[in-house]
Amino acid sequence: MTKTNAAGKTRRQIYEDRLRRRSMLIAGGSTLAVFLAVVILVPMAPGWDRVKASFFNWEVFAKTFPKLLEAFKLDVAIFLWSAPAIVILGLLVALARDTRNPALFPLRILGAAYTDIFRGVPVVLTVYLIGFGIPGLGLPRPWNSPYIWGSLALILTYSAYVAEIFRSGIESVHTSQRAAAASLGLSDADSMRFVILPQAIRRVIPAQMNMFIALQKDVALLSFIGPVEIFRQAGVFKSLLANFTPYVGAAVIFLAVTIPATRYADYLMAKQNRERS
Amino acid sequence: MFHKVIAATALTALTTSAAFAAGHCADGKTLTEGTLTIATGNPAYYPWIMDDAPESGKGFEAAVAYAVAEEMGFGADKVTWVRSSFDQAIQPGPKDFDFNLQQFSITEEREKMVDFSSAYYAAPMAILASAEAKDTAATVDALKALKWGAMGGTTAVPVLMDTIGPDDMPLLYGDNADVTAAMQAGQIDAALFDLPTALYLSAVVVEGSSVIGQFPADRTDNPDRFGLLLEEGNALKACVDEAIAALTESGKLAAIEAEWLQETTGVPLIK
Repeated sequence: MTKTNAAGKTRRQIYEDRLRRRSMLIAGGSTLAVFLAVVILVPMAPGWDRVKASFFNWEVFAKTFPKLLEAFKLDVAIFLWSAPAIVILGLLVALARDTRNPALFPLRILGAAYTDIFRGVPVVLTVYLIGFGIPGLGLPRPWNSPYIWGSLALILTYSAYVAEIFRSGIESVHTSQRAAAASLGLSDADSMRFVILPQAIRRVIPAQMNMFIALQKDVALLSFIGPVEIFRQAGVFKSLLANFTPYVGAAVIFLAVTIPATRYADYLMAKQNRERS
Repeated sequence: MFHKVIAATALTALTTSAAFAAGHCADGKTLTEGTLTIATGNPAYYPWIMDDAPESGKGFEAAVAYAVAEEMGFGADKVTWVRSSFDQAIQPGPKDFDFNLQQFSITEEREKMVDFSSAYYAAPMAILASAEAKDTAATVDALKALKWGAMGGTTAVPVLMDTIGPDDMPLLYGDNADVTAAMQAGQIDAALFDLPTALYLSAVVVEGSSVIGQFPADRTDNPDRFGLLLEEGNALKACVDEAIAALTESGKLAAIEAEWLQETTGVPLIK
């Protein structure tokens, strides 16, 4: 801690206080200026009234918001049953890519091919191909449900990303730890389970949080193959009312979930950085 | 002989003055002076526009567009086609078309945001049922139990919810192709379309399907009436309305309908 002498603050502290006050004033001033510019200048644009009626129509917003909220429950449900599957599959793929036993080499190839393919194809294409393609093979109901196959498409795609993040976590644990575990008599499986993975998973949690925030938004892609979740519901209202406000309502609902989640991920990341340094 | 000449001259004078009058109506109100820019969907579907080529004038809406243009004093060579999605048609700001036709249903809510011409076609809603479900009785009670689908961006959705009220939440799709894909994948039993589209899909796209019923016009509080979509407050609306009124009166609209849209009387009404 800095020492304060009897005469009060040191000259250096006074100088630093002044600097801090000054930068806070500038930050506050510039924020206010930008805010005022947006609030005053945007409505002065000639098309503002039309844009306002079409995107920020309070009447439409109030009418459609409760139904959008209702439809959002479906998004949450799809997210909740997909997320655990993604964690498990992602971890399995990461482990498959990390096998060192020569006999299991095909597993490594498969793991690599899997991540290459599913990371390389846009999610919406995977949703279409799996969501319409597999049920088209002639599965009976309820096994051809778009919920099942759409969720599977999300799970396959996101597992590929999650697997790569897990793998980077596993590789970030220094090889000397494997050697140490082996010298203690732990088998390969045990050293992975008790030594490597606990550290690896902890290190990648913030990065995985970001994947799940992205997943939360991509759940809306399932609307392409039928489920009436929030994005489709907003689209229906948009068409019926010829007004884009329902999309703004949907965006508000998404933000209400993703902003806290993002802040939490940031917090975890900052905490981890503090612990490391 | 002399009489004939007079009559012919009079007739020519009459037609030219009519053309002039129409020309005056649209004068200076179109996007580009002297040409009429018409928008349609991308892709545009049979039987509304044949082979996704509106320039050919083939298909119901392509023919209507050229007839309206002619009535307003624009020859076929003065018509330019552009493509637009539904969203582009309703977004605020200047439009890149004079009018847009792609089976837009006229509704009160939409009228608040854009302008519609008077209707050029009134389509009953009809049910396309998959091969497995095509023997379902055309009664509301029997239909409730089916697994329903529809295109999300159409007035089929409120009609479906209000008049049938399916037991299961219907699945909604982005366009007709996706609805039929879902039907072929066995994910839905039935879907609601306007009648001409339903007839086309059952005949050409979805194997084994059939149109099992149509809603009588008085069943829905407003039957689907298709209008040309114009930018809100577009001065051209009066001219377009005038042209459609003239086409209706002369029977030309009915002739175009008879030429391009299938006979729709064979489909039973839903009780």
